Parts: sequence; structure tokens; C-alpha cells
Amino acid sequence: MSSSTATHEYQPKTRVGRVTHFVDSRVGGSGMVKEFGRKIFPDHWTFMFGEVALYTFVILLISGTFLTFFFDPSMAETHYEGSYLPLRGVEMSVAYASSLDISFDVRGGLFMRQVHHWSALLFVAANAVHMLRVFFTGAFRRPRELNWVVGTTLLIMGLAAGFTGYSLPDDLLSGNGLRIIDGVVKSIPVIGTYISFFLFGGEFPGTAIIGRLYVLHILLIPAVILLLIGIHLFMVVIHKHTQYPGPGRTNTNVVGYPVGPVYAAKAGGYFFIVFGIVAAISAAFTINPIWNYGPYDPSPVSAGTQPDWYIGWVDGALRLMPGTVGANWDFEWNIPFPWGVNTLSLNVLFPALVPAGIVFTLMLAWPWIESWVTKDKREHHLLDRPRNAPTRTAVGVAGVVFYCVMWAAASSDLIATHFLVSLNDVTYWLRILVIVGPIIGFMIARRVALALQRKDREIALHGRETGRIVRLPHGEFIEVHEPVDEYKRYQLVSFESPEAYAPVADGNGHVSRSEKLRSRASRFFFEDRVAPVTPSELHASHSGHHGEIANAQDRESIASH
Amino acid sequence: MADNSHGSPDTSVTVATPGQGGVDTFTNPGLPPHRPRLADTDPRAEKRAERQVALLFFISVLGTLLFFVAYFFIPLNDTIERLRLQNLALGLGTAFAMLGIGVGIVHWAKTLMPDHELTEERHAVTDEKDRAEAEQIVGTILDESGIKRRPLIRNTLIGAAILAPLPAIAIFRDLGPLPGDALKHTFWDAGMRLTRDPSGTPIKASDVTVGSAFHVIPEGLNEAENKLEEKAKAVVLLMRLDPESLNPSEGREDWGYDGIVAYSKICTHVGCPVALYEQQTHHLLCPCHQSTFDLEQECKVIFGPAARPLPQLPIDVDDEGYLIARSDFQEPVGPSFWERG
Repeated sequence: MSSSTATHEYQPKTRVGRVTHFVDSRVGGSGMVKEFGRKIFPDHWTFMFGEVALYTFVILLISGTFLTFFFDPSMAETHYEGSYLPLRGVEMSVAYASSLDISFDVRGGLFMRQVHHWSALLFVAANAVHMLRVFFTGAFRRPRELNWVVGTTLLIMGLAAGFTGYSLPDDLLSGNGLRIIDGVVKSIPVIGTYISFFLFGGEFPGTAIIGRLYVLHILLIPAVILLLIGIHLFMVVIHKHTQYPGPGRTNTNVVGYPVGPVYAAKAGGYFFIVFGIVAAISAAFTINPIWNYGPYDPSPVSAGTQPDWYIGWVDGALRLMPGTVGANWDFEWNIPFPWGVNTLSLNVLFPALVPAGIVFTLMLAWPWIESWVTKDKREHHLLDRPRNAPTRTAVGVAGVVFYCVMWAAASSDLIATHFLVSLNDVTYWLRILVIVGPIIGFMIARRVALALQRKDREIALHGRETGRIVRLPHGEFIEVHEPVDEYKRYQLVSFESPEAYAPVADGNGHVSRSEKLRSRASRFFFEDRVAPVTPSELHASHSGHHGEIANAQDRESIASH
Repeated sequence: MADNSHGSPDTSVTVATPGQGGVDTFTNPGLPPHRPRLADTDPRAEKRAERQVALLFFISVLGTLLFFVAYFFIPLNDTIERLRLQNLALGLGTAFAMLGIGVGIVHWAKTLMPDHELTEERHAVTDEKDRAEAEQIVGTILDESGIKRRPLIRNTLIGAAILAPLPAIAIFRDLGPLPGDALKHTFWDAGMRLTRDPSGTPIKASDVTVGSAFHVIPEGLNEAENKLEEKAKAVVLLMRLDPESLNPSEGREDWGYDGIVAYSKICTHVGCPVALYEQQTHHLLCPCHQSTFDLEQECKVIFGPAARPLPQLPIDVDDEGYLIARSDFQEPVGPSFWERG
């Protein structure tokens, strides 16, 4: 048996063949090459946000590993002896001293710190923008709902990674950030004080928190993110990528470039481009100059400081919440219980939990909410152009406005000092905007989406305006409209436009309450609707409004005059 | 148009075919004809693109060299300027090294590699037959395990499985001590002198002129064992106002001294230091979330997210004219917590 295999073994002829054979006969890679080597990936610039997130995470792993070789997460007291003269001799934690050493005494250390911080900011931003793309194009619909959930979890883990990392240098800024977290934790009913004491190993600030956050930041959270990225990409392979609608693209095919060589080259090259851009930013723009802030001390604080951008919205919510209403009413409630009086600090608890809770719950539940309303449980591999799903787009815009108002509130003091307006007025306006803004945003976005749909109809039916005014033989002036070609037209007309439906009775002729609710929701979603152009409409418009259209014959006649 | 808006509530069609299901819809015209690029038709353009890609890779080599020059030939010398210069050169070197490769590869892909779009059919995530088989296998597994037929086994297993992870939570108990009444007391005590933060020198009442403000720590705090933890609760702001403008409530008339009042510097919102004193309006402002406290109303909240006044430290003057505390704070300082009461 063995001898016969040996004699009949495949003899590769080329160098590539020999390498392939070596690998294949040991780990069996040829199946994978067959599967992935020429796999088709659709191409669109909006598909790059997820790639940016992936690549910045790789950069984070590289730069973060470098930093761990020099960082010492100890809160033991030391006196700084490094190169930065203004802080020499100052009492500080070992963690802060080693962060200063990375910046001043390790060549390239400052660069790596800046690369790490900038790519962290970019990582969360790319995650967020990628999710907005997925939401607005409806890519979360079946079969990709679970991948949307994985993506949302990734975003939350990204925030956790950012926050734990932000606290590590133990400078004044990060210490004050931790103090705010401690205040929020203490507001949790019943167990808040205990969680605070367990987290900090006693009273704030203690000597334990940096070491604990460090383990979370460099081990646990990255491991979870890595695992989730694995699941995320695995599902992308299973589902294949979505594609935008257009000529040649259907719900049952994938149009694009093969992985090898084009897609791999573009995606691989793009990693280097992202790295290069992060490096250029880190070379030119200082971020988190910890040496300016000094070591953590519970007494001083610098005015006008900002958290990293992605934490800003929660900080803004904390700022917007009024603590007192009128002269004698406040949101801190002392509740008498049989065993004594307990304190519920809603002025802290409510803004810290509720806005983020609403946003993330809605995000996680949205695929199911939408399919419940639309009764659409089919597989979708063709994306929606945002204008073709006006209500979803409007909901997304409302969420973005809600988020952005809170984010702006985190800079309320800077808005006041930069624009020379009263800080109190800024806060009052933002308090109103955080409620009213999303509603206005919703209405405007829906109207804009419907208007764009009408414009698409107009172009599909009558062609595009050329700006050429022509006088016809009988004296009439017309603007020449250039008809779009069939490919462009297909892009404009090939979308689904669900209609609102009346409640449907079940088998016993009974209309359930949830079905009525569902019908009302569908009216809310689809009552205002612009239907796609049909071939018969197009035909009718050609024969009907002769003067406005420059079809081939018209053009000839115009040219001849 | 596929029929998804009528019919029974749970209609589901596995794969939709938009634009092809209905009668009056446009048919998909297929991929637009391929338009050749310049490099596809003109050998000179092709050659030019090739040279451009090579040039970009060469720029990357220069970037790497720049990095090494910056690393070895820009020594750090204790000045921020030199550090910034080195950082800039290292960063630009890395940026050129990376961008050269990245832009080069993408340019190569876009100009010289085939740009014909290809089409591939999608396959259903699962097929019906596999699913039925899988269902059957799972059924058989469950059957053979007998978990459905033996509720005693099932229920005791569920009970055990719920309890078993609890030690994993309990074992974290020693992360920290229990709060006890630690949050209800601070370092302050009767007779303790008010001293300057951070030097620890005592303050005479006569040093505190009208309109001035002092950042204060208790005497001996700098030598305390848990200095930062004690400081996080004990820091105080000391100000002197016109005594007429203060309106002490009943029982607090003697907590100040001749217009000098001392309040906790820890915000009652989430604990930032309330570090800004607006001398004209007699307001204290927290720079973190803008809670504003009015000194003329015993630091009542007049704006922002805090709900409770800053606690006042009762003070007096000793024989030598130094300011001293009459007692600890009369209530817990800092953010609210459940047991505060």
C-alpha cells in the first residue's frame, strides 16, 4: 500500500507546484484556494469602512504590543527621574512615570503612543461609520441579522477598549475620567457602593485600578474583539457580500472582482494606505500630551478638557440632565424604607444609562423590528439606496441627531467660550434639541428621501436636464432633456417599494391586537411612498409629452433646424 | 414586485427576485459593456503605469531610509523641540514607507490588473435536505440521551448548572473591602488646621482677604498613609465674602468666621473637583459638567446636573490666628450613593 502510494504520488513540475504540493499534502490547503482564490467580492467605496476598522485594529495590536514592553501598570509611588525637566522630582505613580519614559526616553515611543491613540480613535470611528452604512443600506436584513448583532457588540467592545486604555497613563486627565466613572458607579442602586469598592480595591482612587484595567485592556477585551472579528468575517464569507442594485446585479448573484489578484491587491494595498495615513497623522498631530497634565491628584482639574470623542455623548448626557427643577425639587430622591433611608441619584443614573440604553437596544433590535413591520422575511443580498427606504433612513438620521446633540453637549463649555455665548443658554438649547432635534431630523430626512425618489422618477421618465434651450419651428421654447441609457435607468427603477397594508385576519377571522398595531406601524412606514417607474409609465410618457423629451427623432429634427 | 405586503402575516419567500417577479417591471439589462482603460489599449500608457508603480515602491524605500536616519541620527536631548522633530521624521518615514507600498499596489491593481467585473451565483446558506437531516440528527441525539424522558435528570442538571458558576462570581469578593462607613467620614477632625494645597502650610484668617480663594487640605494629610484616598474626600475651597452677603441657615451661623467659609471641593454630582470660583457672582462652577453652586445660598445648586449643595466644613480660628476645623463634615461629601440616606 505505502509503496504503491509512493510510486503514484503526484510529481509537481513547477516551483509554485512544489510549494503548493508541500503545503497541500500536509495541511490540505488546495480546497481553501479553490474556494477563496477566485471568490468574487463586490466593489464600492462604502465597503471600505469595515476594512478601515479591521486594519486599524491590526495597527492597534502592533503598536499596543510595542507599548506593553515599556509600560508598567503599577500605582506605586515614585519620583520621576526621566528626561522631561518640568516634572523631574515630582511624586507620581510608576504607571505615569513609565508613560512619560515611553514618550521621552524610548526612541519612537512617542510615535507609537500617538499611532496607538490615533488608530484607536479611527477604529471606533470606522466601526461607527461602517454600521451607519450597513443600517442605511439595509444590509442588516435576513440573512445578516446576527452579523449585525456581532457588529454592534464589536462597537461596544471598541468603546470598552478605548475607555480602559484612556485610563492607563494615570495622568490628571485620565484620573478625572475615572473619578467620573466612580461617581456614576456609586449612583447604581443597592450595589453601586460595593461595585465601586471592589473595582478600585477600596476607596477611590486606591492602588489597584490601573493594573486591573490593564489586564482588561491588553488581554480580555482584545481577545473578545479578535474572536468577534473572526465570527464577523466568517459570516461574511458564508453570506457573501451584499451589493448595490444596478444593471447586471440581482439578488441571486455577486458581481465584482475576484479575490486573486485584484481584490486581494486592493484590500492589501489599502492596509498599507491606512497605516500610512495613521503614521502621517501621528507624525504631525500631537494627541494626549500627558506631560502637560501632570500626575493624578484629586484636587486640581483642567477646564475645557474633552474625553475621547466616542465617550463624549455619555459625558454630554450627564451634562444635559438637570439636577434640580425649580427652587425646591431635585432628582436625588431619599426613599424611606423600613430599614432606613436610601438614596437614589436619578440625576446621574438616568443620563448615564438611559440614552445609551435606548440607542443600543434599538440598534440590536432593529432588524427584527423592521421585518416585523414589513412582514418581509426574505433573504436580501441587494442593498437599498437610502432614499428608497425613507422611513428607515429617517429613523437612522433621528438616531444620529440624538447622538450628535449629546456629543455637542460634551463640549458645551467650549461652545460657550468659542462663540462668546452664555454657557447656561447653550445647555438650555441643547436640552431642547436633544428631544426636538431627532423629531425634526426624522421629518426632514424622510422628506428629503421622498424628494430624491421623485427626482429619480423624473429622470427615469423624462431624462436629465441638459440646460440647452431650443426654439422649435413653431416658436415654442423647450429645454432639451437627455434620456438616460437603459443601464442608468435600471439603477433608478429597480427597487422595491412596499405599501402600507390593512390588518389581516387570522384563520378564525379574528384580527389580533398585535396585527392592528403592525398595520398601524406599516402605515407609519409606508403611507408616504413614491413608486418606482414602470415600463408602461415610461412608454406613456414618451408618447404623451412629446415636447419635453429629446428622443432620437426629436434630436434629429432639432438638429436639422 | 415580490408579494410581501399582502397575504398572511408569516408569508416568507426565501430568495426574492426584485424587478423580475411582477408583470410591469423593467428587465435587468445585464452588465454595461466594458470600457477599456488607457493602459489596455495604449502600450505606452501601460509602460507608464508600470513605471509609476515602481516609482511608488521606490518612494517606500526612501521612507524606510528616512525612518532609520531619524532613529539613529536625531538624538534626543531633553528638549521638546528635538522630540517633536524626531517624532515627525520617524512618522513621515513610516508614512512614506507604508503609503508607497499601499498606493503602489492599488495603482497596479487599478491600471494593470484585469478590470472585467465577474459574476458568480449565490448559493443558499443551507439547503432544505441538509436541514431536515440535521434536525433528524439532533432529534436522535436528544432521544438517545433520554433527556426528555427523564425529567428528574434534566431538572437536577439545570439546578446544578445554575448554581455551579456562582463560586466564579463569589471568588471575586476579595477584590476590595466592604464600604463600611468609609464614605461618611473624611480626614477632618475638630481642631485640625486648614492648610494650603499642596504645600501644607497653615492659613491665618488674616491671610484670607475679601474676594480671595484658597485650595485647602487638612493639616497632616501629606504625611497620611492613604494620602490620595483621603485627599479625594477632604479637599476644601476656602473663600472670604462680605459677611453681609452670606445668609447662614439656622444652626450654621457659627460655621464660618467673619465672612470666611469653607466648602467641600468635591462635586456632589459625580465627584470632579469644583475648581472654578467666580469672584464677582460668588458662584462655584464645576468644570466637568458645569454644576453651579451659589455661595450666598450655602452652595445651593443653581444650575447643572448636581442635585445637592456642597457640604460645608465648620471652621473657627485658634489662639494663634490660624483657621481650624470645628469638626468633620456633618454629612458625606462627594457623589451620592445608595447608603447615603
